[in-house]
Amino acid sequence: MSDHEYVPKSKFGKWFNDRLPLLTLASHLTDYPTPKNLNYWWTFGGILTFCLITQIVTGLTLAMHYIAHADLAFESVEHIMRDVNYGWLIRYIHANGASMFFLAVYIHIFRSLFYGSYKSPREIIWIIGIIIYLLMMAAAFMGYVLPWGQMSFWGATVITNLFSAIPLVGEGIVNWLWGGYSVDNPTLTRFFTLHYLIPFLILGLVVLHIWALHVPGNNNPVGIDVKKPSKDTVPFHPYIVIKDGFALLMFMIVFAFFVFYSPNILGHADNYIEANPMVTPAHIVPEWYLLPFYAILRSVPDKLMGVVAMLSAILILVALPWLDTSKIRSAVFRPLYKQFYWILLADVLILGYVGAMPAEGLYLLIARVATAYYFIHFLMILPILGFKEKTMPLPLSITEPVLGGFPNAEIVKKKENLY
Amino acid sequence: MPKLLKKKKIYINLVTNIFKISYLIVLLLVGINQVNAAEKVELLKTDWSFKGLFGKFDRGSLQRGYQVYTEVCASCHSMKYVSYRNLFEPGGPEFSEDQAKAIAANFEITDGPNDDGEMFTRPAKLSDKFVMPFANVKAAQAANGGAYPPDMSVLAKARSGGVNYIYSVLLGYEDAPSGVTLEDGVYYNKYMYGNNIKMSEPLSDGLVEYSDGTIASKEQMAKDVTTFLMWTAEPHLEARHKMGFKAILYLIILTILVYFSMKKIWSRIESEV
Repeated sequence: MSDHEYVPKSKFGKWFNDRLPLLTLASHLTDYPTPKNLNYWWTFGGILTFCLITQIVTGLTLAMHYIAHADLAFESVEHIMRDVNYGWLIRYIHANGASMFFLAVYIHIFRSLFYGSYKSPREIIWIIGIIIYLLMMAAAFMGYVLPWGQMSFWGATVITNLFSAIPLVGEGIVNWLWGGYSVDNPTLTRFFTLHYLIPFLILGLVVLHIWALHVPGNNNPVGIDVKKPSKDTVPFHPYIVIKDGFALLMFMIVFAFFVFYSPNILGHADNYIEANPMVTPAHIVPEWYLLPFYAILRSVPDKLMGVVAMLSAILILVALPWLDTSKIRSAVFRPLYKQFYWILLADVLILGYVGAMPAEGLYLLIARVATAYYFIHFLMILPILGFKEKTMPLPLSITEPVLGGFPNAEIVKKKENLY
Repeated sequence: MPKLLKKKKIYINLVTNIFKISYLIVLLLVGINQVNAAEKVELLKTDWSFKGLFGKFDRGSLQRGYQVYTEVCASCHSMKYVSYRNLFEPGGPEFSEDQAKAIAANFEITDGPNDDGEMFTRPAKLSDKFVMPFANVKAAQAANGGAYPPDMSVLAKARSGGVNYIYSVLLGYEDAPSGVTLEDGVYYNKYMYGNNIKMSEPLSDGLVEYSDGTIASKEQMAKDVTTFLMWTAEPHLEARHKMGFKAILYLIILTILVYFSMKKIWSRIESEV
């Protein structure tokens, strides 16, 4: 928040701004004081905004040509791929865009975990973020159903069937979700409707996410509070704009490689076979970004408890700001947490891998151990660590670690050991 | 403390952490894969012209592949998303328009109803989709011992292993190993999922006669028809590769320019970027 009140220069500007302070908003966004030590892991917020807009724009275009009907959906996708001008490009951007969106959101989330961005006073930003993440998963899942291939159909069958685990009302809920007694045309049309709606809900939440961010301002790699504006901050424009732009371009290069040179590598071959309720694929696997949760679901022998475990794995994140009892934000000053952070990351990657494998033998064992560890990390390690861990002394301001000017020699020495 | 040295240390730290994790994961994956390795069969490979950053279809191969498809496969396998006009469009087999018209005219299509309310047959036109060998799935199953010959339009994308898998299956017919008994009308194929296939070996040396003088060996026909199937699955592959190269080159140049602008702008601040 800039301290001085913004006054438009032109007379019309002043007239307009008095009635709708859009220019004040623009001025706030331009001047917004940002910690100058933000590293490239902080550029993923901007990248995610780009992903959302890309998905909305390509999605609108696809919706003009797509037909949400069980008998026509697969054919209409092939029509887009073959006969619509640059239809193949738009569809491949949209399909790979979903994967890139999740890649970016996982980096964004793990950045927050490393630097403690979820801690006071940023809990609301974090919780809105988790809601966005949940909506993203819903949107991605329903989007994957729309081409009405084999994986679409059977993925939808498996996931909607999870609700049947709910005691007493489960069956009823599943029939209500399907709009019938199996996944069929009514399911497809409602999934299409919701798939169209959710991105706009996400867009609204993104506005709230950014609004909530602009109240306390950005966290930073050092994790200390920053006086704003000060020599520790730079105005958002042009410094952060150009840096985000540079990172976005690098991201787009990776994105373009997928779209143009291996557009189907992240999908499943079976989804190019039209949905057939009479033939079940050998292995039903979700898209890669849902695999860790799929592994957690399958690692529990009981269906209901499996669903509970899977949902808890996501919802536990909502409580994270209170489960992590340490007052120190950045892992840079938390030598023990830093180790556990990397173990958690490895744990989630392992869960993702076993989620893609058949749930039997060694895979199942690994999945169970990894699932247990996931919950132990959040429910036991984090709360205890806050009390037990000996943290490093924090610098007084950002300028210090950046320029290397520490008030006493001992801290400097400790800092060195740290890196 | 010199700034650069510290920066370096951070990077070294980051890199070692990444290495540690990747090492653990690789170890795990290798361990798991060794358990699986025994079950997997290595697919046959050949030099596909359409792979790689500048990959393009071999026109001759596409035209020969069409011939194999229409003379051999098409008696059972439909190709319902491909139109006759696609045969002369750029990026495909690129027959001349007249050739494509002549090809289409070989097929009879049911159209109508006409003004008298009657259905009638007429020769296919460029705008028609490939005529299907069977009226419906049930008819196809009835004629093929209960197995439905899959539609071939997107087949090359619908099988894991893609073109290598199709190529392998075409060349993977063998006598069943001793101890394996096959049901009537089922054949043994080394690469087919489950090793049982209801299609008899479709290719044999000299089965078709290529007009361009290429010797129609089994391998040659398998390669040609698989190339053709890749094109039907991905008719805009050449356009995609071409555009991809331009797009990425443009992005790289822009990224470099933005990088230097960023350096310039941030030089006003006592901070690294």
